[in-house]
Amino acid sequence: MGVLAKRKKRDGAEIPTSSMADIAFLLLIFFLVTTTIDVDTGIGMTLPPKLDENVEPPPVRERNILKILINEQGQVLLEDLPSSVAQIRGEVLTHVRNMGRDLRYSESPDKAVVSIKTDRQTPYNMYIQTLDEVWMAYFEIWDNEARSLGFLNYQEYRSSLDDPKANEIREQWPAQVSLAEPDPGA
Amino acid sequence: MAHFTKKSKAKPQISTASLPDIIFMLLIFFMVTTVLREQEVQVRAVLPMAEALTKIEQKRYVSYVYTGPEKLRGNRFGDIKVQIDDAIIDDLTNIRTIMYSKLVAEPRLIVSMRIDEESDMGVLTDVQSELRDAGALRINYSSRRDITGL
Repeated sequence: MGVLAKRKKRDGAEIPTSSMADIAFLLLIFFLVTTTIDVDTGIGMTLPPKLDENVEPPPVRERNILKILINEQGQVLLEDLPSSVAQIRGEVLTHVRNMGRDLRYSESPDKAVVSIKTDRQTPYNMYIQTLDEVWMAYFEIWDNEARSLGFLNYQEYRSSLDDPKANEIREQWPAQVSLAEPDPGA
Repeated sequence: MAHFTKKSKAKPQISTASLPDIIFMLLIFFMVTTVLREQEVQVRAVLPMAEALTKIEQKRYVSYVYTGPEKLRGNRFGDIKVQIDDAIIDDLTNIRTIMYSKLVAEPRLIVSMRIDEESDMGVLTDVQSELRDAGALRINYSSRRDITGL
């Protein structure tokens, strides 16, 4: 018994650490291979909260709403006029930047609402294209505003903010996109 | 010339003692950033193309909703189905409870809608109305950058 204990102590077992780097390398290669650094991109939206059925939605004046209708064939109706997807951006720009001048467009940017309505059979692709045009119009406005403040673009303005909630451009030019409940269609 | 020979005589050696540390640092970086794909997508979701894209910075808040024609055997596609996590949801009203429990676990939840470009608005509307019922209001229509230009 005594002999055995003595022997163990003398050996002073040490784990070789020379292979540590190799093990780490192997793990590193595994994680390098499995990592996907593709950033998820998309069009961000905030859905309206569920409405209380007893509460009436706030009244919005007709002139402040820019109505975009897309039917199941993917045809666009802009303020009751047949038009194309490419025309949406310009129309949104004039609508939001109207400042009450033209009676057909909005009173002021913060009151302007863009409403998108589709049929249930409308292709999703058309809806995204429409939404994309609307957001591109807003991006253009924000970029312009940021440039007038002396920034390169809106992105630079946003990253310069200490508090992302105190975004003056967004406050003055809020993007109010309303997604209307689609018609049941045929 | 003499100057050069002098240099070659002194043999500089880079110490490799810190090599394991550097490797460990890299290892830890990749371990932290790795998201292992834990689910198999059972529907086709060819994303639409768009320009006005924003990036989702916080990937850990994201929950995916896949919508598109179901992948069948033999390269065929079936009806349009909705998939959350690793299961196809047949009864869309279940989305409400699923999303609500996700929202309770993570209040900053972002729902990324990975919807096939050939599906229609009807199914999207149904999913969205369920999301509104659950209170999961931050959504993102996942789309690709249009690389063909304008």
